[in-house]
Amino acid sequence: MVTLTEDGATPGGSPVDTSVAAERSPSRSRLVLRRFLRRKPALIGLVVVVLLYAAAFLSPLFAPWDYAEPDYTAFLQPPGGTHWFGTTKIGEDVFAQVMRGLQKSLTIGLLVGLISTSLAAVVGAAAGYFGGWTDRVLMWLVDLLLVLPSFLVIAVASPAFKGQSWLIFVLLLAGFSWMITARIVRGMTLTLREREYVKAARFMGQAPFRIIAKHIVPNMASLLIIDATVTVGAAVLSETGLSFFGFGVQPPDVSLGTLIASGTESAITYPWLFYVPAGFLVVFVLSVNLFGDGLRDALDPSAAGSRKRDKKVKKGKTGKTGTGAQA
Amino acid sequence: MTAAETLFEGPDAERAGPVLEVDDLRVSFPSEDGRVQAVRGLSYRVAPGEVLGIVGESGSGKSVSSLAVMGLLPDSARVTGSIRFRGRELLGLSDGELSKIRGRRVSMVFQDPLSALTPVYTVGDQIAEALLTHGRGRVSRQQADRRAVELLDLVGIPNAAARAKAFPHEFSGGMRQRAVIAIAIANDPDLIIADEPTTALDVTVQAQVLEVLKTAQEVTGAGIVIITHDLGVVAGFADRLLVMYAGRAVETGDVHEVYRRPRMPYTLGLLGSIPRLDAAQKQPLVPIEGQPPSLTDLPPGCPFAPRCPMVVDACLTEEPPLFQVDGSVDATGDGTGHRAACIRSAEIAEREPDAAEVFGAEVIGEPEIAAVPRAEREVVLDVADLVKTFTVTKGSVFKRKVGAVHAVDGISFDIRAGETLGLVGESGCGKTTTLMEILGLEELMGGSISVLGKRAAELDKAGRKAIRRDMQVVFQDPQASLDPRMPIGDVLAEPMQVHGYPAADIAKRVPELLDLVGLRREHVGRYPAEFSGGQRQRIGIARALALNPRLIVLDEPVSALDVSIQAGVINLLDRLKAELGLSYLFVAHDLSVVRHIADRVAVMYLGKIVEIGDVDAVFGAPRHPYTQALLSAIPIPDPVKERQRERIILEGDLPSPANPPTGCRFHTRCFLYASLPEERRRICVETEPALEGSGDHSDACHFARSRAVVEPMADDHR
Repeated sequence: MVTLTEDGATPGGSPVDTSVAAERSPSRSRLVLRRFLRRKPALIGLVVVVLLYAAAFLSPLFAPWDYAEPDYTAFLQPPGGTHWFGTTKIGEDVFAQVMRGLQKSLTIGLLVGLISTSLAAVVGAAAGYFGGWTDRVLMWLVDLLLVLPSFLVIAVASPAFKGQSWLIFVLLLAGFSWMITARIVRGMTLTLREREYVKAARFMGQAPFRIIAKHIVPNMASLLIIDATVTVGAAVLSETGLSFFGFGVQPPDVSLGTLIASGTESAITYPWLFYVPAGFLVVFVLSVNLFGDGLRDALDPSAAGSRKRDKKVKKGKTGKTGTGAQA
Repeated sequence: MTAAETLFEGPDAERAGPVLEVDDLRVSFPSEDGRVQAVRGLSYRVAPGEVLGIVGESGSGKSVSSLAVMGLLPDSARVTGSIRFRGRELLGLSDGELSKIRGRRVSMVFQDPLSALTPVYTVGDQIAEALLTHGRGRVSRQQADRRAVELLDLVGIPNAAARAKAFPHEFSGGMRQRAVIAIAIANDPDLIIADEPTTALDVTVQAQVLEVLKTAQEVTGAGIVIITHDLGVVAGFADRLLVMYAGRAVETGDVHEVYRRPRMPYTLGLLGSIPRLDAAQKQPLVPIEGQPPSLTDLPPGCPFAPRCPMVVDACLTEEPPLFQVDGSVDATGDGTGHRAACIRSAEIAEREPDAAEVFGAEVIGEPEIAAVPRAEREVVLDVADLVKTFTVTKGSVFKRKVGAVHAVDGISFDIRAGETLGLVGESGCGKTTTLMEILGLEELMGGSISVLGKRAAELDKAGRKAIRRDMQVVFQDPQASLDPRMPIGDVLAEPMQVHGYPAADIAKRVPELLDLVGLRREHVGRYPAEFSGGQRQRIGIARALALNPRLIVLDEPVSALDVSIQAGVINLLDRLKAELGLSYLFVAHDLSVVRHIADRVAVMYLGKIVEIGDVDAVFGAPRHPYTQALLSAIPIPDPVKERQRERIILEGDLPSPANPPTGCRFHTRCFLYASLPEERRRICVETEPALEGSGDHSDACHFARSRAVVEPMADDHR
């Protein structure tokens, strides 16, 4: 008798022996989705971002004041009454302004994070994977962008952008924030491409860009997701600096960045001018972070608590599975 | 050994009594799931001059127990019991007090000689450091340096005075391990603990290092604890054996006794699971099913019970202690006789069953195609005069060529349908380069590669992709060869997606593949990390089978697996070959595995094939001196045979392939060359021998003569 299984369902035997209900072969995307939905903090993060969007765009329908309409009877009012978050020194309603600012800043933050990280992933992975001339040209470009003072370039180019849509912002901000990540991604790709599973994919005839998409990028997901969430916060703030050059968000229009910038000077004396927009930024970035953490754990099979089933059925097996794998 | 005698006092009568006594040692570590009981009540004794071999799979607690003796466990470990070194209790001593003993009276040889030496100090300095640390005030710097050179000379490093000034990276792996042994014996210790001292080394070097350890033991008279997973290594070296399983000793006794009359099913299975180099015809390999248990919450009863074919209900109620095996003499009364932890050991003694009988293993038949004469079978892979050189460049801005490494220098072989060719040789001989060239299907520097009659170089992109369907690969490290972020359903589907299979076919094929390699269908949604090493290697094999290939290239497919798991994977490969009529190109450094699985074998040395032919012809009557040396270096798991064997020890290490010797590349290390008269030596140095021979057995040596280095196994063996 030759038995070929090496995993009899045995007490105290293999960690993968805990029986599972027969399931339809779940592909990676479905599995990741299921694992993501299991994570409460990540879902909360997602819900908060959606709520912020809803509030930003729906609040003009019910808010008592408009962002551009000063209340000449109330200068620098603390929060209360019809001015829920107080007023500015020329009587503008802080709540309305923050909501107006959110409309743009949410989109700017999320898009910049997404675009810059994707660009970094594609350029870095391509440079690292293909090597040779591709690597040299792409890295030359990266180094060039790194040494150029981005603000100077934008200042020089700003006349061309004057009066354009603020969405140009997004491209400019993303265009100047991906280079360092691309360099890190390239370095990681150099080690990943020598892994045997990448070689295996190559030897089975997989196309290079599919190898990058299927094997290399998912294995750097932790780095990319952290990078994206950090960039979201940074983009909202650095947009203030760009506004200084006179394009994009111009008064009386506001963004979260400009509100924070103008509120900074009165942070001690009239705290609501600073803390309200800053608080919204913190809530926004925090929920993006929670969402990113959840996504990262969902993508990473070794993350703790990813196998809820095992945990509930047999405590004391999950960790062994993880450690046993490394042994 | 006169030099050695002046260096060491040697064993003396005054230090009688056991060097080391370990009693009821228990070690546990905290983990997320509760405490891991790594060692659970281990007791053993080592007498002066005695060699104790501790054998076990990974995770059996063998290394942890020896680290406990050295006091090198992390602070989080909880250690109880008693460890007495020359009557002095070591447990509970402070680190400072232990440091006075460590390195002076007890020393350790680690597995990886590269990380055991500090890269920024010279080897001589590191040996001298060991002497100066423990002999402060009594040993002068000059004395220590002189002694370091003497020690290097003793462990067989040529030109020791000059080499003492070299840095570790200038040493080869074997020389580094020698240097580590030199450090270990520098202070004339009473006990040497060697933790897998040869695992990271090549077989020829392994034989050298074991010799050095033997010398070290002779000159110092120290007791040695050698920890290994390789039953072959200890067979020829150890006096007593201790088999560990799940943190406990399950069998212990005289090495001859344990090998001849194993009384615990686990030992029986371990001995049956290793392919033997001296097997004349194919022996069944015993796979031990399942995996070692998790050590966090062991169920009551014998920990081996879930994997044991002889399990009865009584096994599940209580963990058996070590019983004295009937018939063995416990002369000293200190438990050094033959003991086994199995309640049925008396029955095993009565019946003396074969491992294959107990575990139910049988020889797997040959594929149907094997009946067709070789010459009439289709050529699956044909490699002719393959050349691969790597250029060595210097300079950072203007790179200039300073030389070339001839990794593969004109090798030719073919593989016919249903056949396994084993490709063997030391690391650095060009095995892997050959594989990568075959798998890469790229432009070659010289020679040609044809798969199923199609020349790879003449194909366009589509043709190459079509060839990849017929040629698949299984890698060495099952951990690295599966994408950790992909569930295995996707892993298995990937090759089919690449080759454009419809989704419905893929969905049907994936469960089929899992069945084929003995995994469960429900496992599709799991990630590779949730599987054990053996199971992951099965997944790797299933992926290779997905496209119904004709040829599978196996790069050391079992060398990363534990012995008991290894047998299961070898049996699987054997069975798949018989059922599916596959051809294998099997690259391995373990010649025993090659002997078991291969039909033909090619021996490589420095980018050349030195001997090729039918596996029985090459292993039974090797003609090239290198093959003879290689075969004689493989340990055989049989203490009697192993001690009687005449071992051909190769001098030195593999020469650099950037600057290979002239003529016959092997002449610098060849024992045959050394015995030749001057005028015949010139032929070896000047003319490169061609690969020629009769029938299906060729060799490349001017003065080849066959010499049996492995005695075939007698029929009555177990």
